[in-house]
Amino acid sequence: MLKSLLGVGLAALAATALATGASAQTLDKIKQRGTIVVGIKNDYKPWGFLDPAGKIVGMEIDLAEDVAKRLNVKLDMVPVVASNRMEFLQQGRIDLIIATLGDTAPRRQVIGMVEPNYYAGGTNVLAPKSANLKQWTQLKDRKVCAIQGAYYNRRVTQLYGADLVAFTGIPEALNALQQGNCIAFVFDNTLIDSTLAGGDAKWASYEMPLVTEDEQAWAIAVPLPELNGAYGEFMKKVSIDWHKAGLIVSLEKKWGIKPSPYVQDMHQKHKAM
Amino acid sequence: MDTVADWFKWLYAAHGINLTIFYDPLDGNRFLRGIGTTLGLSAICIALSMVIGIVGAWVQGARSALLRRLVQGYIQFFRNTPPLIQLYFFYFAVGSLLPRVTDMHGAQVPPVSNITWAIISFSFFAGAFNVEIFRAGIEAVPRATIEAAEALGYSRLKAYIHVVLPLAFRVSLPALNNNLVNLVKTTTLSYAIGVPELLYAAAQIWSEVLNVREMMNVLLISYVAIVGALVLVMNRWERAMRMPGYGV
Repeated sequence: MLKSLLGVGLAALAATALATGASAQTLDKIKQRGTIVVGIKNDYKPWGFLDPAGKIVGMEIDLAEDVAKRLNVKLDMVPVVASNRMEFLQQGRIDLIIATLGDTAPRRQVIGMVEPNYYAGGTNVLAPKSANLKQWTQLKDRKVCAIQGAYYNRRVTQLYGADLVAFTGIPEALNALQQGNCIAFVFDNTLIDSTLAGGDAKWASYEMPLVTEDEQAWAIAVPLPELNGAYGEFMKKVSIDWHKAGLIVSLEKKWGIKPSPYVQDMHQKHKAM
Repeated sequence: MDTVADWFKWLYAAHGINLTIFYDPLDGNRFLRGIGTTLGLSAICIALSMVIGIVGAWVQGARSALLRRLVQGYIQFFRNTPPLIQLYFFYFAVGSLLPRVTDMHGAQVPPVSNITWAIISFSFFAGAFNVEIFRAGIEAVPRATIEAAEALGYSRLKAYIHVVLPLAFRVSLPALNNNLVNLVKTTTLSYAIGVPELLYAAAQIWSEVLNVREMMNVLLISYVAIVGALVLVMNRWERAMRMPGYGV
């Protein structure tokens, strides 16, 4: 009984390890069906969020619409979270990720990160002023709220010994923070900035007290086998175009995001080219 | 120990099967802690839910109509709502209403932690089913047996403890088995409130190391083993308690 179970398990493991990536013709597929399916966030204000009417809007939604316009196809948005977006892309459920995706070495083994990176953010925490945080080391053995699947979770655990309590969604994590279930919420500094700048009264007694660390570029992503194919090359051109035209700079302004030095740099660099 | 780690590193390099839990200390610890939490959570919830079931079934036969209605209300509430919603309700709704306490770091924190809420929520959830399971067992005890106990001078409580429950328990075991297996599987829901049990640990690992397929298989095998062990124990118990000539 045990032996046969073990056999089944091992066979499943071997079979899945051998499974190959998606077929390499996404661009044709998109044109054929007349729609591009983009994985976006819907809980990440103001990159991608629900407006009062229930419509998904935000800076990355504008970028997705720009891609659809360039391809002359319709845009179909699929809300994703950090822990499922890469699988969705690998399985071919979505054609493109524009979902605050940090560009890391392990992730590059799995999906195709389009360069140049369209954005960059670092890691910081949102904490009540009363917590009196000054240094990252103060997080040792304290409960810190987080989002499941975020790339900085590992670093904050390993480097500072924080006891992470990770939730699937941002609303749950923010709620747990407000209830005092954790001392701080570890997150992208860009999002914390815009949360605090939003002027919402419930964040009045909160701050972003630490030095932003681990600056990480964000990338839009295509299936790995196609990174250097027609589809990948097309997306690279799009990304260069965004920087050249200053689209992201103006979108930051439109959505009230604090200007990111990275985006400014890229705009200057590509404008000159 | 090193040879095991090296073999799994080789497995990754040679065949692309990445089982970090066997060679990365951080992931290994997280996974072990996950198994420990799942086992602990399951054991405590099983014990508490059985106590709730036994007491609840006794109260269901109480003379006071108010008590009977209270138990009925409890069963309806916990049986008719999904366990994940109960968990969210306790953690986010009830938790926010409780007064804060000061922890050892001087911060204002809720008095009940996420793992305690998980224990409370799952125990009451499985307990509601256990009450009904034990009731079915109690109703299977012949009226004549209870009358015989009463004739011998047993009070209602003593008859319940010494005569009714031991017989009812044997009838209830197969159904109880089912419910406890379900309870162990329900503990995975607690990952939604950040309790570091097995599913949570696996999800953390696969979203960082990106070995989703490998960890899915590990998860599946782990739960087959955990639930298999529980079923084995319960079956042994059922056999040990068998009374020749009674019921099945």
